[in-house]
Amino acid sequence: MEKDQDKILNEVTRSEYKYGFVTNIENESFAKGLSEDVVRLISQKKNEPEFMLEFRLKAFRYWQKMKMPKWAHLQIPEINYQDIIYYSAPKQKASGPKSIDDIDPELKATFDKLGISLDEQKRLSGVAVDAVIDSISVKTTFKETLAELGIIFCSFSEAVQEHPDLVKKYMGSVVPYTDNFFAALNSAVFSDGSFCYIPKGVRCPMELSTYFRINAANTGQFERTLIVAEDDASVSYLEGCTAPMRDENQLHAAIVEIIANNNAYVKYSTVQNWYPGDKNGKGGIYNFVTKRGKCAGENSKISWTQVETGSAVTWKYPSCILLGDNSVGEFYSVAVTNNYQQADTGTKMIHIGKNTKSTIVSKGISAGFSNNSYRGLVKVTKNAINSRNFSQCDSLLLGDKCGAHTFPYIEVDNKDSIVEHEATTSKIGEDQIFYCNQRGIKTEDAIGLIVNGYAKEVLNKLPMEFAVEAQKLLQISLEGSVG
Amino acid sequence: MLSIKNLHANIESKEILKGINLEVKAGEVHAIMGPNGSGKSTLASVLAGRELFTVTEGKVTYQGKDLFELSPEERASEGIFLGFQYPIEIPGVSMVNFMKTAVNEQRKHRGLEPLSSSDFLKLMREKKELVELDSNLTNRSVNEGFSGGEKKRNEIFQMAMLEPKLAILDETDSGLDIDALRIVANGVNKLKSPYNASIVITHYQRLLDYIVPDFVHVLYDGKIIRSGGKELAFELEEKGYDWLKKGIVV
Repeated sequence: MEKDQDKILNEVTRSEYKYGFVTNIENESFAKGLSEDVVRLISQKKNEPEFMLEFRLKAFRYWQKMKMPKWAHLQIPEINYQDIIYYSAPKQKASGPKSIDDIDPELKATFDKLGISLDEQKRLSGVAVDAVIDSISVKTTFKETLAELGIIFCSFSEAVQEHPDLVKKYMGSVVPYTDNFFAALNSAVFSDGSFCYIPKGVRCPMELSTYFRINAANTGQFERTLIVAEDDASVSYLEGCTAPMRDENQLHAAIVEIIANNNAYVKYSTVQNWYPGDKNGKGGIYNFVTKRGKCAGENSKISWTQVETGSAVTWKYPSCILLGDNSVGEFYSVAVTNNYQQADTGTKMIHIGKNTKSTIVSKGISAGFSNNSYRGLVKVTKNAINSRNFSQCDSLLLGDKCGAHTFPYIEVDNKDSIVEHEATTSKIGEDQIFYCNQRGIKTEDAIGLIVNGYAKEVLNKLPMEFAVEAQKLLQISLEGSVG
Repeated sequence: MLSIKNLHANIESKEILKGINLEVKAGEVHAIMGPNGSGKSTLASVLAGRELFTVTEGKVTYQGKDLFELSPEERASEGIFLGFQYPIEIPGVSMVNFMKTAVNEQRKHRGLEPLSSSDFLKLMREKKELVELDSNLTNRSVNEGFSGGEKKRNEIFQMAMLEPKLAILDETDSGLDIDALRIVANGVNKLKSPYNASIVITHYQRLLDYIVPDFVHVLYDGKIIRSGGKELAFELEEKGYDWLKKGIVV
């Protein structure tokens, strides 16, 4: 065993986080610390209308009275919120970039290196990207093409300027600033994010995506995404994230709100690969995210798919409020933790409309000394008659120093609904690995095969090109986890 | 091809193999028989490199190399195949994906280019026919939900795909009905050549009606207590193992 442990550690040290580089760009940053002045300054910096400043200030004052929640199965050292920079942006020409040529070549190179081309000409596949670095969005591609269909896809800041009515109507309507500690914090200081509006009857012809990159040190990233699908509209949305390797922990607290009206369908996929910290648990991103969708209309559907491999700490529960009759909520998740990573993730399905349906498939994979928890709530209210939920929570353990935990909460207030919950915990069998070895497959590859097989049900839900990336990522994340 | 000298092996400090000697040459078929608990499966596992067992003494040379210097996957790529007594299920991993990974890993080890998808599928079709394997099975997850007979046929199918130099079949006949037995034996016979060898571990003489061995060895209490030609198998069938046991001084 001793020898195995050494081997594991060696291999882990060798397997590197691919996205850990830092870009040298000139930044414009605020001083560390958070106060009402900082909130005002952010709003002023972004030249926001009065309603935005009021929203931020209300959130900030509310947040000041709150305490960080302790209920999650996570051990986090005290976070000093005065020791964080709340706004940091690459310096740009006064008016902001209008075309690809106005973007700092260093920034372009950064996104190229991440496999995200900001140049529409160079993109082969039909994916439109909003690229966010630190506190601001640097470029949104295919904006004009989409605009022809009436689709609005732009940075949140731009939406505030160009479509204030829509922002005012929907911002905070799914996740109010009073929702929780991190939601309040985000509402006070968020600096950018993506905005997406699909008008009535339009099916978005390409995948929309936001790529989040943290670059500057000591900086928190606080972004908001707002997606609105009007009646009969549909869209598939992707989100990716990476950050440099640093010894200090960095904070990421985001909000995603989705509104689906009658017959609308929104599919939201995430591959979260923030820097997870090193093999001893030093550094890494603290990821506190509030994601929630509201199936406001009848027959609407919101589907969350997430592959969580990064972050030192993940606190995240993409949820669905099933308000409209016959609406459908789905949550498919693979969460991998290795070394000293901690994840407390799951979902909430709130059934309010009649005949509402929800499906939860959660696959946790723990290795090293990590802890991986599923936490989920299925609530069926009195009026949500004939509602159905199916939940499946599986945990896979690699090694004997890691933990897997399941915290399901089920509340059913009517007699006509059916709620099913299945849970399994298994270990990757030594006999499975030996079987692969005997056919000539190395242990690392065998684990990759077995883990991908285990997670297949979820990976299959991802858009094609994302699925391949996610498979590789799972394998890399677990490299060296079994001797 | 394979030379086993005075092999001793333990599991959790209990000695199972107590000095095995065996020589296997290319072109030969060896049958190893013996009562339950005599160490037959342990021998197969030790040769394949299962870590559960500790080799305490002895030497095994395979094609001029010290076998114990090779990892299990290296042994596989060097041409050693183990047909499992209890094939393992791997949920979610399709047979196609599993076999493709295995074939290409072994090719890589031998310095060959990976097979293209079309060549690979062609090879699969060819070998499936050889063992009369239902084509639906290869679209399913590895051994998941396979019947006992299907699992065993799947082992022979994998053997056919990997074309090993030395095939060790651990009780491949157990749990097979007579038709499945014929198919499995047929597969083994078709793969026989002057360049490869097989070690067939079995409990019953029945399999040896179909796979004719050049040598039969009786394993008892961790040692080979009798070796002979194929007629030894008939004798065992007739008399059981007791007459041999009596003659042993432990």
